[in-house]
Amino acid sequence: MTDTTVTGFSAPRSPFSPPTRFAVPGRIAVSNRAAAVWQTATLSEIRRETPHAATFRFAVPGWAGHLPGQHLMLRVTAHDGYTAQRHYSLASAPDDTGHIELTLDHVEGGEVSGWFHTEARPGDQVEVRGPLSGFFAWPGDRPALLIGAGSGVVPLMSMVRHHRARGLDVPLRLLVSARGPEELIYAGEYGDETTAVFTRRASEGVPVGRLSAAHVAPLLTGAGRPPGGWEAYVCGSNGFAEHASRLLVEAGQPVDRVRIERFG
Amino acid sequence: MNVTRGFAGRPRVHNPGLPPGQYDAGDDWPVLSAEVTPDLTPADWAFRIDGLVAEPRTWDWDGARALPGSVYEGDIHCVTSWSKFGVRFGGVSLDAFLEVVRPEASATHAVAYSHTGYTTNLPLGDLTGGRAWIAWEYDGKPLAAEHGGPARLLVPHLYFWKSAKWIAGIHLLDHDEPGFWEQNGYHSRGNPWEEQRYSGD
Repeated sequence: MTDTTVTGFSAPRSPFSPPTRFAVPGRIAVSNRAAAVWQTATLSEIRRETPHAATFRFAVPGWAGHLPGQHLMLRVTAHDGYTAQRHYSLASAPDDTGHIELTLDHVEGGEVSGWFHTEARPGDQVEVRGPLSGFFAWPGDRPALLIGAGSGVVPLMSMVRHHRARGLDVPLRLLVSARGPEELIYAGEYGDETTAVFTRRASEGVPVGRLSAAHVAPLLTGAGRPPGGWEAYVCGSNGFAEHASRLLVEAGQPVDRVRIERFG
Repeated sequence: MNVTRGFAGRPRVHNPGLPPGQYDAGDDWPVLSAEVTPDLTPADWAFRIDGLVAEPRTWDWDGARALPGSVYEGDIHCVTSWSKFGVRFGGVSLDAFLEVVRPEASATHAVAYSHTGYTTNLPLGDLTGGRAWIAWEYDGKPLAAEHGGPARLLVPHLYFWKSAKWIAGIHLLDHDEPGFWEQNGYHSRGNPWEEQRYSGD
């Protein structure tokens, strides 16, 4: 990795370590300076992904780089000085120099997502700070089992794109759940690493149903399980995150190797 | 000021209880935790205070519940920018626990830790004086597992990542030691009124 924000995994310095089965992972050092500074981001492109989700591409010339799985904080400001800020996962791979991408759902009544989906156009400027948090980040160093639903696939796609862009051979699998094919974000970009699970509708011959043990178990046993096992990354609504993380643990995934990002 | 073209925002309702950069989440109570929700029953639960104290002590569920009850009614604030108004938690003031273990004069900071192993650091002064609770009820009902039940720490005057879910213990120290999110770039104290979100704020 060449990102300046990364110093790799190292043991936490803390001399007090409570008993735990929860992995406080070796810290991926985040650049506190980058995280503290608001930068101007200029919208350069909008791509529709589904009827409810679109990707917003920004030029951020001073972006310090990020790891797949990290997020940022975004701020918009009204004429009277009123501001609104939200956390969003980064969708783009780290190597997209000077540019970042976010994929946002149009949340009903959403103050910020509403602006993005009804007002925003190329040339508009917002402010961002980040990248933030190393916990959900995946530097590409260990087998990763990614499970996401809806827009929960966004940080996971950053990992898939990174894997592809760097030509990594470390195992990577993605299980992505959507209501139906038309709501599957990044539908045209998935390859052999991905299994899509449709919960409500699917084209003829494709099964419909919730993510289940049948999807997860084959990846955690026998030839489906890489030597040393997986690092699991789960992202989605809280209900989905609870369901998916329980499936993983029931199938044998160690609880201290499940990282969860919940969209509240 | 960097005005965003076309952004008007929600109608402004002056709310003196809303810290800067926060919005009112209304009836929502988003769940934000990084780990698998533990299967923890009251019978499994225990709470320990040790470190720089005269008498380290572990309470089981019944022992903790036997302490004098205390209620927090007020607001909570999450660093991800939602705030929730008029919440009601029932439990015991942390002062009641500390009275039993008697912190040493040298104790200045604490690491709160969960049954999952999650940690967060706090100045001891943020845990005393009726500003922190061990809470097991929300809105008159047992606290849900996804919100930290059977019992969580509650430090409502700081961002909510300080209110460790599934609280297992508090370890008193004579120095500050960053916890889980603090090692991941978050602010060491997390005062919402000063927008202490990230390290460097």
